Amino acid sequence: MPLRLLRFGLGLARPDTRILPLPQELKPHYDVVIVGGGGHGLAAAYYLARQHGITNVAVLDKGYIGGGNTGRNTAIVRSNYLTDDGVRFYAESMRLYQTLSDELDINLMYSQRGHLTLAHTDASIRTMRWRAEVNKHLGVESELIGPDEVARICPQLNLSRDVRYPILGALSHPVGATVRHDAVAWGYARAAGRLGVAIHQGTEVVGFAIEGGRITAVETTRGRIGCGKVLIAVAGRSSLVCNMAGFRLPIRTVPLQACVSQPVKRFLDPIIVSGSLHCYIWQSQRGELVMGGATDPYPLYSTRSTLDFKEGLMAHMLELLPFLGEVKIMRQWAGLSDMTPDFAPVMGKTPLSNCYLTAGWGTWGFKATPASGKAMAACVADDRPPELIAPFRLDRFRELDQLGEAGAASVGH
Amino acid sequence: MKIMPCPLNGPRNIQEFICRGEVRIPPAADASAEAWAEYLFYRENKAGIVREWWCHLPTTFWFIAERDTRTDEIIRTYTFDALDESGSGR
Ligand SMILES: Cc1cc2nc3c(=O)[nH]c(=O)nc-3n(C[C@H](O)[C@H](O)[C@H](O)COP(=O)(O)OP(=O)(O)OC[C@H]3O[C@@H](n4cnc5c(N)ncnc54)[C@H](O)[C@@H]3O)c2cc1C
Repeated sequence: MPLRLLRFGLGLARPDTRILPLPQELKPHYDVVIVGGGGHGLAAAYYLARQHGITNVAVLDKGYIGGGNTGRNTAIVRSNYLTDDGVRFYAESMRLYQTLSDELDINLMYSQRGHLTLAHTDASIRTMRWRAEVNKHLGVESELIGPDEVARICPQLNLSRDVRYPILGALSHPVGATVRHDAVAWGYARAAGRLGVAIHQGTEVVGFAIEGGRITAVETTRGRIGCGKVLIAVAGRSSLVCNMAGFRLPIRTVPLQACVSQPVKRFLDPIIVSGSLHCYIWQSQRGELVMGGATDPYPLYSTRSTLDFKEGLMAHMLELLPFLGEVKIMRQWAGLSDMTPDFAPVMGKTPLSNCYLTAGWGTWGFKATPASGKAMAACVADDRPPELIAPFRLDRFRELDQLGEAGAASVGH
Repeated sequence: MKIMPCPLNGPRNIQEFICRGEVRIPPAADASAEAWAEYLFYRENKAGIVREWWCHLPTTFWFIAERDTRTDEIIRTYTFDALDESGSGR
């Protein structure tokens, strides 16, 4: 290693380290066109090529890869959900994440820190006990703990009972982790590109040609492309793209805001979430405090930032960690969340016979990237959703067979 | 602070209000389960000008607001009786 480093340092050759191949012309036809170059679209492209040998694939993004929610989320991954179907699915995604750095040959900075969801009311203690039992039943580490144990895991928290909402306990999920979000997009994009997938940035889908219940061509800002199959993976813009394809979704698009503080010396190991107080916080490897809360109060397609969000967040955050009063906010941003009525995603087939959808990822879909990508690749290749994602079908709303994940997904993304 | 012009209470902090979604016509009481599911769960979710039900919580006053979901502008607000039967503003 040192010798190689020395040779590299003294040598003149500086190998090109592009993540993506140089931009190419659009081909007239692809076997699979993937709309949306976020984590979900890129992961599906990678697994289509790797697992199913389908490489005549194009990923189209109207902006740049990972520029949507993939590059805007707060990077928390966990599997302590409430429904059996949800727990099974997210646990599989975490299993894939754990070896993904090796598989994609990129450092995803997978960092297991432990995840505490605080309870401030009897009602949340009840939901947490329920969650812990469902989790353990399915082999996911998860336990309801009391204030003493909370204090042991995170002594920085204000455990005084002399506050508006004292901490009564927490759902502890020791395997909760953070993953470097940008690297997930880059890793999948680079690996897919090496297997022959074309990635076209700056290429917006503006319409579909539909004949006999199938999409025959995709209209883009760079021209028309013939397609065998289409996968839609556009998060907050799902309704707009699906409306172009002629079907409606049970989705509302609502902004979710987040912010980071100036960097301070590392002091906080676990991820701390409070559903009742609508806030969560963890400290990045750079020392910044990453903070967020619930979605905005009404639907919107704008990623503007608001003072209301910061005021609401900080009022509660200062009750949990009063010493943060001295720390300044450094950056703030928002993403467009595709919210379903049952806080569970939509994956699988659509009313069009060769069109597939992964959407409804709301405020919780980053952790799902590997499992969704892998399952959707199988769904596209076989024209049948694998069992893991069958419960998340779009038709569950028409069949009044919803999943009910709100108790585990509403703030603790 | 974002201001919502309430037809009853005048301009107020938008935090005093709750947005209850697109103005739509409910199906007949004896409509199929599928029609009800469509009404309850499916949304237009438009990027553009939408017409929605809003409620001023302290006074529980319900009214209609038209706003642009691309720009976060509130265009106009009016009371329910200014809606005609087709669900569109007069
Ligand atoms: C502030 C915030 C915090 C979050 N925190 C977490 C968290 O801690 N943990 C977690 O698990 N999840 C979290 N999420 C949710 C998570 O970010 C998303 O669910 C997930 O990243 C969605 O990935 P995606 O690939 O589906 O979408 P995106 O990454 O948004 O990708 C969609 C892509 O589609 C493109 N596109 C849209 N329309 C078109 C078109 N017409 N033509 C071509 N391309 C188009 C966009 O440019 C975009 O790049 C958070 C979200 C936000 C906003």
